[in-house]
Amino acid sequence: MHIPDGFISMPVAAVGIALAAGSVAYAVKATNKKMGEKQIPLMGVLAAFIFAAQMLNFPVAGGTSGHLIGAALAAILLGPWSGVLVMTCVLIVQSLVFQDGGLLALGANIFNMGIVPCFVGYYLYRGIASLFPKRKLGVMVGSGLAAWFTVVMASVACAVELAISGTVPLRVALPAMAGVHALIGIGEGLITAAVLALVLATRADLLELQKA
Amino acid sequence: MEVKSEMKFKWWHGALILALLLAILSPLASSSPDGLEKVAEDKGFISTALEPFFEIVPDYVIPGVPNEAVATILAGIMGTLILFGIGYGLAKLLRARGEA
Repeated sequence: MHIPDGFISMPVAAVGIALAAGSVAYAVKATNKKMGEKQIPLMGVLAAFIFAAQMLNFPVAGGTSGHLIGAALAAILLGPWSGVLVMTCVLIVQSLVFQDGGLLALGANIFNMGIVPCFVGYYLYRGIASLFPKRKLGVMVGSGLAAWFTVVMASVACAVELAISGTVPLRVALPAMAGVHALIGIGEGLITAAVLALVLATRADLLELQKA
Repeated sequence: MEVKSEMKFKWWHGALILALLLAILSPLASSSPDGLEKVAEDKGFISTALEPFFEIVPDYVIPGVPNEAVATILAGIMGTLILFGIGYGLAKLLRARGEA
């Protein structure tokens, strides 16, 4: 869902950059007091894993592909603000080095694939997981559903930006974007739940870090 | 010199290896347009996309490598290691700031 330059107008791109810069500045303040020893390698491997996983486009119906965003995974393991930082690192490198996502559109992409899904994913996961008495089941169902929803919400944000930019009307963009991403999001849900199952089986303590 | 404890296999070594394995699998990725590209094609605004201002490793293919699969794997490994370094370094910096 990386927006290239040209799809969104300059004002929309500028608002995106301002929102992203403000969020990152706040995230640095919010996270530096909570950063523990275990979070250091965790942030490194999450950034690495999300980058690698984003390269692996999987086919969905109708000659379309999708890939993991990874924001829900990062936010569930690190908390939403550190999650935003990880996603920002990934998106900056993708834009600067690999020309995936426009330079001017970087702020909008950080908003869509970082800020929106990290917060939506984190709080939705916490809400759903708390409904289950069995912890493992709560983690699986909560992370899967939350991760699916983050992809749909990211696509809605993207559709709204395209519409405000005058690129495509909202009544056209919204159903098209949300429709295809409701399918792509199934992959996000399955991968996120699978990774968290692996974490629970091997290092369950890593799931408690952001609560401390 | 605590070489021994530093050499011990830690959980995140396994996680980094997993990420590198994914990067090695990257040539298997679907080359179909992604969700946004597909919508842009179907709704007729794909042509509004601008060319990048500059190119370093466009489309996750290292330029000048004759075999495209190899060029993709190398790009994947490069990006994975860069992001591990940035993520790790940033977290270390934040921790140092928080303790100061």
